[in-house]
Amino acid sequence: MAAALDTAQASRGQKLREFWQDYRRSTVAVIALAVIVALLALSFGAAFVTPQDPYDMAKLDWMDAFLRPGTVGSGGYAHVLGTDNAGRDMLSAILYGLRTSFVIGVASGGLALVAGITVGLIAAYSGGRLEALLMRIVDIQLSMPAILLALVMVAMMGQGIGQIILALVVAQYAYFARTTHGAATVERGKDYIEAARSTPLPTRRILFRHLLPNVLPPLIVVATVQVAGAIALEATLSFLGVGLPLTQPSLGTLISNGFKYIHTDRYWLSIFPGLALMITVVAINLVGDQVRTVLDPRNRR
Amino acid sequence: MLGYLAQRIAQAVVVIFAMSIIVFVGVFAIGNPIDVMIDPAATQQMREALIQRYGLDLPLWQQYFLFLQNVARGDLGTSMVYNVPVVSLIFSRLPATLDLVLVSVTIAAVVGIPAGIWAGYRPESKSAKLIMALSVLGFSVPTFWIGMLLIMGFAVHLGWLPSGGRGQVGTIFGIPTSLATGNGWSHVILPAVNLSLFKMGLMIRLARAGMVEAMRTDYVKFARAQGLPDSQIVGRHVLRNIMIPIITVFGLELGSTLAFAVVTESVFNWPGVGKLIIDSILQLDRPVMVAYLVMVVTLFVIINLVVDLIYARLDPRVRLKGRA
Repeated sequence: MAAALDTAQASRGQKLREFWQDYRRSTVAVIALAVIVALLALSFGAAFVTPQDPYDMAKLDWMDAFLRPGTVGSGGYAHVLGTDNAGRDMLSAILYGLRTSFVIGVASGGLALVAGITVGLIAAYSGGRLEALLMRIVDIQLSMPAILLALVMVAMMGQGIGQIILALVVAQYAYFARTTHGAATVERGKDYIEAARSTPLPTRRILFRHLLPNVLPPLIVVATVQVAGAIALEATLSFLGVGLPLTQPSLGTLISNGFKYIHTDRYWLSIFPGLALMITVVAINLVGDQVRTVLDPRNRR
Repeated sequence: MLGYLAQRIAQAVVVIFAMSIIVFVGVFAIGNPIDVMIDPAATQQMREALIQRYGLDLPLWQQYFLFLQNVARGDLGTSMVYNVPVVSLIFSRLPATLDLVLVSVTIAAVVGIPAGIWAGYRPESKSAKLIMALSVLGFSVPTFWIGMLLIMGFAVHLGWLPSGGRGQVGTIFGIPTSLATGNGWSHVILPAVNLSLFKMGLMIRLARAGMVEAMRTDYVKFARAQGLPDSQIVGRHVLRNIMIPIITVFGLELGSTLAFAVVTESVFNWPGVGKLIIDSILQLDRPVMVAYLVMVVTLFVIINLVVDLIYARLDPRVRLKGRA
């Protein structure tokens, strides 16, 4: 038994190594991954790397408002990316904002993944009327743009981090449900599920221990794309003023704040947070693209 | 076919009703709109008069049935902010959005389809790779930020085009439109380009995929063997075959353009229905929110129904599956 477990673990390590071998064939994807790791480290370590806590009102000085990028402010250090209307260091604000965006993206992506897997597996395994009903709801949701569903949710629940995450989950779980259902419908016809069903194992165990691992690969791809989508959607909602309140540092609220000064020459207020958003979203999408390529059985040598 | 038709229409009606209940109840859940719209100094009597006028003292289900009754009469309520019927409010904003959608869809098709066809015709060329890279950007960079860059570049920095608003409005066939005047055109260009980018990326990918597939088929090989020039093969034969899926997606995308117009209209201060819904959410103008959301959902359900029915007409397998 123990020996069997060891080989299982060894083969898992082997698989990961193989995955990495395939993944690093694309230089662009490796760079994109490095960028994401760097951004994650910088944003979650923001308290240690940034010269200022941009949301501690006591540390902000009106005299520092609208400093051009590179100017040395009253704090005695250079504001590399300038300061905003409240004298906030833009680099610090962007890193704190990025952290909020990551948290929202990963939390809503993760919850949507769990919700979608549950709905998809239940539909695929139960069959009949329940399957028809669940997948019909999923289809209807998929036919509508995510931003419309998110607007419905925001209109109903108001603003705040929790509400935004819930809105994003509602808008995005359907992609996971569809993918899970599609993969699980193929898998359930196979012999190993038939075999598991003939044993007295509880259904839950068959679903999550036997079926789920085999439908996981396509879900990983959807998940990366959806995290990027969630980050962009949150930024959009916050920009429109219906997402996070202005006191909450997120990339969307920063850009929205900078948008007010778009007719002046204070470009740094909106350009830099926008660049951070763009780099993040594009990098995640590039990683997702490469993961898709590696996992695609058609591309196996 | 008739059974399938009835089944799908019944489903569509159920969906619209379910959504109207969800939206109505959900929107009711946020705050008391009276607190937002009334002057804090107003007397208790004025408050109560207002509450009664909007029927806010009734139980929720009664309010919903009142809403349904009014909808049946073509009355979707009265805006609490503008104090005009919601239906006329939405219809007064609709032409502005239609201008934007029309121009942006045209741009997406005129630029996106030829670019995609070229990228599929010479998939290994530098220009094809550039086109595909740009289409990825069109997909993944948020619309609102591109819109801001367009304003900064073309309106603020270069000063070529106005940064927002609808400009001079003329009338064509009695419909007020920015497309009737030169000034209106100058206003519509930037937001329309902004709104078109996502769809353009989609068109490029669809056209390219169709093209790559089509170039491998026997009929193309045969036409080549006949000595036909490539321009004629693509123009006469391939184009006709790859246009079917493109047109289908195009139809579906018309609806989602309406939803995406929310973002572009806010960035360019375009007085369309998208701007209206955002303003109504911010001002807690409940009747406008409910009416807009129910109308857009209805529109989506109808578009999808029509597409499904056309598919069923074309493909008997869909019908049979629906019956089983």
